[in-house]
Order: sequence, then structure tokens, then C-alpha cells
Amino acid sequence: MKKNTLTSSQKGLRPATKKNFVTYAMVIAFFVIFQTLSSTGNLKNTYRSLLVPICTSVIMAVSLNLVVGVLGELSLGHAGFMCVGAYAGSFFSVLMQDVITVTWIRFTLSFVVAAIAAAIAGILIGIPVLRLKGDYLAIVTLAFGEIIKSVVNVIYIGKDSSGLHIAMSSTGLNLDSDGVIILKGPQGITGTPKNSTFVIGFILVMITLIIANNLIDSRTGRAIMSIRDNRIAAESIGINVTRYKLMVFTIAAALAGCAGVLYSHNIAALTANTNNFGYNMSILVLVYVVLGGLGNIRGSVIAAAILYSLPELLRGLSDYRMLIYSIILIIMMIVNNGTFFVQLREKLSFKLKNKSKSSSDTGKEGV
Amino acid sequence: MKFLSQLISGISLGSIYSLIALGYTMVYGIAKMLNFAHGDVIMVGAFVVYTMCVTLNLSPILGVLIAIAFCTVLGMVIERLAYKPLRQATSLAVLITAIGVSYFLQNTALLIFGSDTKKFTSVVSISSVSLADGQLIISGETIVTIIVSVVIMVALSLFVNKSKPGKAMRAVSEDKGAAQLMGINVNAMIALTFAIGSGLAAIAGALLCSAYPALSPYTGAMPGIKAFVAAVFGGIGSIPGAMIGGILLGVIENLSKGYISSQLSDAIVFAVLIIVLLVRPTGILGKKINEKV
Amino acid sequence: MKIKKILAVVLSLCMIFALAACSSSIEDEEASTEEAGASTSSEGTIKIGGIGPLTGDVAQYGVAVKLGAELAVAEINAAGGINGYQIEFKMEDDVGDAEKAVTAYGSLKDWGMQMVMGTVTSTPCISVASEAAADNMLLLTPSGSAVECLEAGDTLFRMCFSDPNQGIGAADFIADNDLATTVAIIYNSSDTYSTGIMEKFTEEAAEVGLEIVATEAFTNDSATDFSAQLTNIKETGADLLFLPIYYTPASLIISQATAMGYEPTYFGSDGMDGILGMENIDVDLIDGVMYLTPFIESSTDDATVNFVESFTAAYPDQTAYMNQFAADAYDAIYALKAAAESCSITPDMDASTVGDLMKVAMTEITIDGVTGTGITWGEDGEPNKTPRVAKIENGEIVAA
Repeated sequence: MKKNTLTSSQKGLRPATKKNFVTYAMVIAFFVIFQTLSSTGNLKNTYRSLLVPICTSVIMAVSLNLVVGVLGELSLGHAGFMCVGAYAGSFFSVLMQDVITVTWIRFTLSFVVAAIAAAIAGILIGIPVLRLKGDYLAIVTLAFGEIIKSVVNVIYIGKDSSGLHIAMSSTGLNLDSDGVIILKGPQGITGTPKNSTFVIGFILVMITLIIANNLIDSRTGRAIMSIRDNRIAAESIGINVTRYKLMVFTIAAALAGCAGVLYSHNIAALTANTNNFGYNMSILVLVYVVLGGLGNIRGSVIAAAILYSLPELLRGLSDYRMLIYSIILIIMMIVNNGTFFVQLREKLSFKLKNKSKSSSDTGKEGV
Repeated sequence: MKFLSQLISGISLGSIYSLIALGYTMVYGIAKMLNFAHGDVIMVGAFVVYTMCVTLNLSPILGVLIAIAFCTVLGMVIERLAYKPLRQATSLAVLITAIGVSYFLQNTALLIFGSDTKKFTSVVSISSVSLADGQLIISGETIVTIIVSVVIMVALSLFVNKSKPGKAMRAVSEDKGAAQLMGINVNAMIALTFAIGSGLAAIAGALLCSAYPALSPYTGAMPGIKAFVAAVFGGIGSIPGAMIGGILLGVIENLSKGYISSQLSDAIVFAVLIIVLLVRPTGILGKKINEKV
Repeated sequence: MKIKKILAVVLSLCMIFALAACSSSIEDEEASTEEAGASTSSEGTIKIGGIGPLTGDVAQYGVAVKLGAELAVAEINAAGGINGYQIEFKMEDDVGDAEKAVTAYGSLKDWGMQMVMGTVTSTPCISVASEAAADNMLLLTPSGSAVECLEAGDTLFRMCFSDPNQGIGAADFIADNDLATTVAIIYNSSDTYSTGIMEKFTEEAAEVGLEIVATEAFTNDSATDFSAQLTNIKETGADLLFLPIYYTPASLIISQATAMGYEPTYFGSDGMDGILGMENIDVDLIDGVMYLTPFIESSTDDATVNFVESFTAAYPDQTAYMNQFAADAYDAIYALKAAAESCSITPDMDASTVGDLMKVAMTEITIDGVTGTGITWGEDGEPNKTPRVAKIENGEIVAA
């Protein structure tokens, strides 16, 4: 591994750039393989229906990693941004269905709308972030996520000839006879066009990865990581902590908003509950990030893809499916981070190093 | 009168949140981890009481005692198997493991007891008190819950501040390394914390399901998360803080349900939480942490 | 550092694939034994897929549907199957989630499903329905009651009442029988089903002259403590409390209302069915509760007697699940059987062909089932059956 990095940097490619290209190549390879299988009809329906949700989880995981791994702040409300994006995007698509008939223009615009809406939410949440730290920050993000979920559940928006009406109940809308209710409180938005495809999901994943990697490798990224590693030291060398924190929150929120659009345009009925936009979802995304490795973008991609598909791959175990999933989760955490296994790995890598140095002595070495 | 009765039911709900929050806060204070599986230990405790009292027809007191014993052991087993190997790892790694444990407990309960909701029989035999010509009724469960939470809070405070193991716990909480050098068995102290926290969870489970008698494998999840909020509200790590946070949370929730909007009550609770944290960033009774440079 | 990470990833991957392989090999084994068994008896089996929540917080409804459907399948198979072919029924878990339901649907399609009986809850049903309509797959939902469930295409049918249907039915029944003049409502504002019924009920109540004095809501996240809502309602002194919600929160509402000395008449929607089946329920508490239901356990018609008998015999430990969900699923399988027989479905037909034949056949059949007699379907997929009202009296469910 080390040798490769050396040779490539001798060729003039920076190690970070090379690392990023490996990630891109991996995602592209995944896309090419599954897209070919899918278009030739060789892919099982189970796997085909997983492709778009995997893209959604990957975008969520990578964007949350910017907050948790790169900025170093624990956020438990990431699904809230996804919720804002999903509702904004779906609302736009349904509203504009008759106005903008070219699908790709409408769909692109709905991503823009959703990203802006989620970014605004990100700024709103970013402001208290500046005052709080650690677990207190975590609880505030959780609270914001829950507030967003509760609020979208009581809003009714309808449209008639005189314009848009907003109320807290369907009767409060006072629509004309030609009016239609687009957002129906807890019944959510139905009739979102099913525009999400694996190709679009793939493009979004690539955009997310490029944004995330370029942010990390830039001057800005180094400033952000210096805040994570030592806020006071960073401040003392003139880094504007407030600005950078807000920036990360906003970027991550906008990306999560796009994931929300991908999600809502993949299912016909959009409602907000604890499992899709509540703290359960936020925690699930956090699981992807932590298992993939904090600050490790490629790790997030792999972990999100594997962990999202895992319960589906375990369908054969029927009743025991979620039980096995939970056991795998615990074991993976312990194997990855447990003291015993960390030491074991250190010993192993030490041995391997020795082996490469002097191959004759390895036989004698004990554990 | 309506206000008073809303207030009392708020306090009743709040004292249950307090009981659960006490367990959260104990574990957080000493082991520095968010034990997201705490809510599910409550559910396990309630199921043990249910099995003992309804299926095996034992007396409620005996049922609760067995549940406390069971959960204490369960807490220690979970700590030993899932959390102890991660002692050196980041707190986030432990948090994720706790989520794994939470899924595990829920799904085990689902396999054993099935998904249908069970009607829980109250473990409280005190009848309700009727005041002001029946306009104000305080149920026996409310009275018992409030008394039990106050007693436990006082007992816990005394234990942590006065007793020898309590002092050792506080030492571990301050600085694990230094505590170890002083001859304190850090692992034993953390195990003890989990034992106490889980024992409290069993009591909380019995009282939660007595006041709100429906029991399913997912019963513990929502009260668990609300109690976590309550613990942060009061200042996580502080025992009186958990009590105050829980009661306040319950009262705010109930009053906003009664007077503002029952749909938005959760949003209001969380909004108040955010405002409180903005004013006092470490919660109501939280210690101010001085940053070292 | 590098090696550590690579090792960690490799180790985790190994474990996952070992398990995934393990689970798929179980699947393969099952499939191969099934195939072997099937090929000896006849040329194949008719494959019906089921989708519903088997884990997660709404699992109780999915499990009831699974049991009801499996009972019907066992009976039909014992009696010779459909057109001489055995039925194979497979139920996949959707955790009550729209996205997961689509994956479950995909996995059933891989299995070779020819028609789908599902999904159990409304939101997943709407998203699966749009997939099914695109595939021209016949879908019969046992309990997806939202209007939108059937909007995506013409191969979509429903076994239960729709939400508006129930709201109107409930208001009419209360008015016709003079049960009350003032009505209060508690509904679940985070639930599609509950909100849908509440809205239609409110509209219809105004038409038939019922006065709604209070409308209170709760959400799934605060479904334990109802004292605030009940205190407000008690103040208004409403004669009747309408509860368009499931039985778990309803049982809590009734016990908390009783504890605070408020005892109105209770009227519920079909989600209330199952309240008497709750393990360890206090029957005095719920005495006099009325609700709309397609299924009354104590009915003396042959279908119901037979259903209750065979359900109790098949699942002696799980009678708590013997409710309208199980009954609707049981009838749904029989409806699919009747339609499949009338248009001679065979195992070698693909799902789209089956859909073309079945969508016509479904509108032509008449079913006498547990949830009603003379049930027919219109082209819009809605069943034509009259809601019944059940009343709990002395621990028995009787027709009101």
C-alpha cells in the first residue's frame, strides 16, 4: 500500500487525489456493473429496487460524515434535512406537474428547490450550534429534526384558481371547487411522479462525493479539521470558527435535501414518521458513518451500501432477520473498535512488516 | 380546576420521565456514554413484571422485585459483552453499539412475546384520591410514581455523595486514569453503575406500564428518548437535574397538549428545550465545563 | 493504520457475506424442496405474495393478516386448491415503510409471485400499488384503507372499507340510532387512516345534525398519555367520544377517562377491533364500546363460525390476532381464489397475463365471506359491503 502511494506521488499525483480517484472508480464500477445487469434484465427485482435507496443512504451518510467526521460535531437530526428536502421537492414536482412538462427540467429544478429549502433549515439549525458542544449539540439537532417532522405533519397546502392556501386542517384551506390539496398533513403528499432512477442516483452520489472530497482537500477543509482537532488553537490562528461551522452544516443539509428528493420521487406516497424522517433514521445514518469510519468518505459509501442492503439480503432468515442484523451490528462495532481486536490487528500488522523485512526469521516469532 | 388537573397529570407523566432519566444520567455521568438501549431495558423490565404477575400470578411486589433482579443482571451482562470491549474506543462507537443492543432487545422481545399489545395490570393497589367533589382525581399510580421517584432521587444522591462506592464512582467520572491509580476498580464501578441504572429501569418499566397499561416490544423506545431529552434538559450527569428535567418535560408536554395544540405538543417541548439550552448551554443544573487550553 | 482498516473491512465483509450466503442457501433449500414436492403432485403452484409489517411498531396488524391468509391458503389447499393447483403463499416484511415495501414487492416478484395480497397499512400500500399498476399485477389489499391506494391503476382492489366510507358510516349510525347529540373526537394526527376517517366524519356529522364539541389529536410519539386531551373533552361534557384509531391507544384512552371519572359512550372505527382480544384486558372497562367492523366474532353465520373455529384450532396460542385484519386477509385469499377459478388461472401464466384476466374476473365475482355476504367489487376496486356495528357486552362482541 505504502509503496503504491510513493510511486504515485513520484509521478506527480497527490496521495489525496489518488485516494479520491479510487473512490470514484469504485462507485463508477458499481454503477456500470449494476446498470448493465439491470438493463439486460439479469438483475433480480430485489436488488433492482435497492439501487435508488442505496444511493439515498450513501448521500445521507457522506453528508452526515462532513458534520460528524470532518467538523467533529455529533448531529442526531440529519433526517430532518432530508425531510425538508423531500417535502419541498415533492411539493414542487406536484405543483409544477402541469406547468413544466419536460421531466428532466422539472426534476432538476425540484433538486434545486429542495437543496435551497434544506440549506435554509441548515442555517437555522447551525445558529444554535455555535453556542453548544458535544451531547448538548446532539440533543438540539435531535430536537430540530423532531420539530421539522411534527410541523410537516400539521400543514395543509392546497391550490386553486386564486393561488396557494396554507392552513392547519383541510377545512381551514377554504379552497374553491376546482381546488386540490397537495400536502395533506399526516397523509402527506401522494402522486409524486416516480422520476428517481439509478442513473440519477448515481450522478447525485458522484456530485456529493466530488463536493465532499474537494471540501476536505481544500484550504477550507483543513481549516474545518483544525476546528475539530482543537477549536481554541484554530481560533487563535485566526480561523473564523462560526463561519466554517455554519458552512459545513449548510452544505450537509443541502446534500441531505437532495437525498430527500431522490427518496420522495422513488415512492408514490410521502409521509413523515419516526422511521423515515425521525430520530430513528438519523441514528441509522449515524451508524453508517461510524461504521464506515469518521472522516472517511469512502468508508461511508461502503458502509451505507452494505448496511442498507443487509436487512434485505437477510430476508431468507424471515423472523430472525432483524435479530441477526442487530447482532451483526454489535459484533462489527466490537471487531472494528474493541480493545482486544485493535491490539490483535496491531500485532498482526507488526508481524507482516517484519515478514517483509526479513522473511527468514518469521517462523521463529511467537505471538 | 382544569389547569390544576392538567398540571397534576403533567407531573405524573414527568415523574416517570424522571425515573427513566435517572438511569440515563447515572450511566452518562460515570461511563460517559449515551445508553440508547436504556428504554428497551425498561420494556424488558415491564415484560418480566407482566410474566410474573399475569402469567404466573405472583404478587405485584414480588413481580417487581424479580424484575429488578433480572434487569440488574441483564444490565451487567450487556455491559460486559457489548460495552466493556469498547472501553478504549470513542464514545460514538459505544453509542452505535448501544443502538445495536436496543435493536437486539426489541427483536428478542418480539420473538418471545409476539407483536400484539398486552394489557398491563397495575402493580399499584392504592385507590385514586378524589378532591373538590370529584372534579380533581389523582390516581394511585400518580401518587406512587411521584413518591417512588423522589425517594429514589434522594437515595441515589446520598449514595453517590456519601457512600464509599459512590465516591469511587464520582472519582471514575472525573478521571478514569487517576481513579485507577488511586486503587479504584474502574471496571467494577462501571458495572455497578449499569446494575443500578438497569435496576431503576425495571422500576420505571413497572410504573410506566401501570400508569399507561399497554405493553409491546416497542413500548420503551419513545419514553426512552423523551427521558434522554429530560436528562439533557436538567443537565446530563446531574441526579437532581434529571428529576427536575423530567418533571418539567412532563408538565410542558401536558400543558401544551391541553392549551395550545395536541398535535404540536412534541414540537413545543423540543422548542422549549432548545431555548433552555441556548440560555444555559449545559442544561438547568449542568456543571459549567471550563476549557483547558 | 492502513492494514488495520483493510483488515477491519475485510473481516466485516466476510461475516456479512457468510451470513447472506447462509440466508440465501436456506432460501434455495426451501425453494428446491418446494419445487421437488410440487413437481410430484402437479405441474406447479399458483403463487400469491403477501406484504405487510411483521416487525416494527405496527407488526401486530401484519402478523394478523399473515395468520388469516395462511389459514385460508391451508384450507383451500386441503380442499384441492385453485383449478386443481395448490397455492403457495409467501409473506414479506415491509416494517410499515413505503420504501421497504417496494423492495419486498421486488423480492416477491423474483420468487415468481402472480398476484399480491397486500399491503397491510396504507402508506406502503400506495407506493406498492403504483409499482403493481405499472407491472399490471393484480393487487388486493386486505386493509389498506386510504382512498389513494387504488388510484394508480385498474388492477388494484380492496377488501376493507375505505376511510371516507367509514367516517360517513359512523356518523350516520350515531345519528340514526340517536346515540348522542354532542360528540368529541380524539384522533391520531400522525396517521393517514385516522385523519382520513376523522375528516369525513366531521363533514358528515354536520350533515346529519351531530354537534362536534371538541376535536383533539395525538401523535404516534405521544400515544401514551391522553390526560390533557381528556381533561379538555371532559370540560365540554360530550355524550359520545368518537375514536377513529387503533385499539392500543383506544384502550389507554378508555382506561384514563374512566380513571378521571369521565364515562361517555365510545364509538370506534374498525381499528378498534381487537380490543377485546388484548391479553389481560379488563372487560368491565370496555363494556358498551361500539365500533364499526366488518367482522363480528360472535356472529352465527356459517362463514364466521367456521373461521373462528378453524382459527382457534390452527393458532391456539395466538387468538389475540383473531380480528378484522385476519378476517379481511382470510376473505381476500378466498376472493382471489374465486376470481382465479372463474378466469382459469394456471401456474405457468405470468403476472401481467394474470392481471389482465383477474381485473375483469374480480368485478364479476360475489363472495360470501367472514366480513360480509354478497360482497362484489366495482371497476374502481372498491368492495361493496355494508359496515356492521359491533358492541362489547359482558365480555362478548355482539352486533349492535
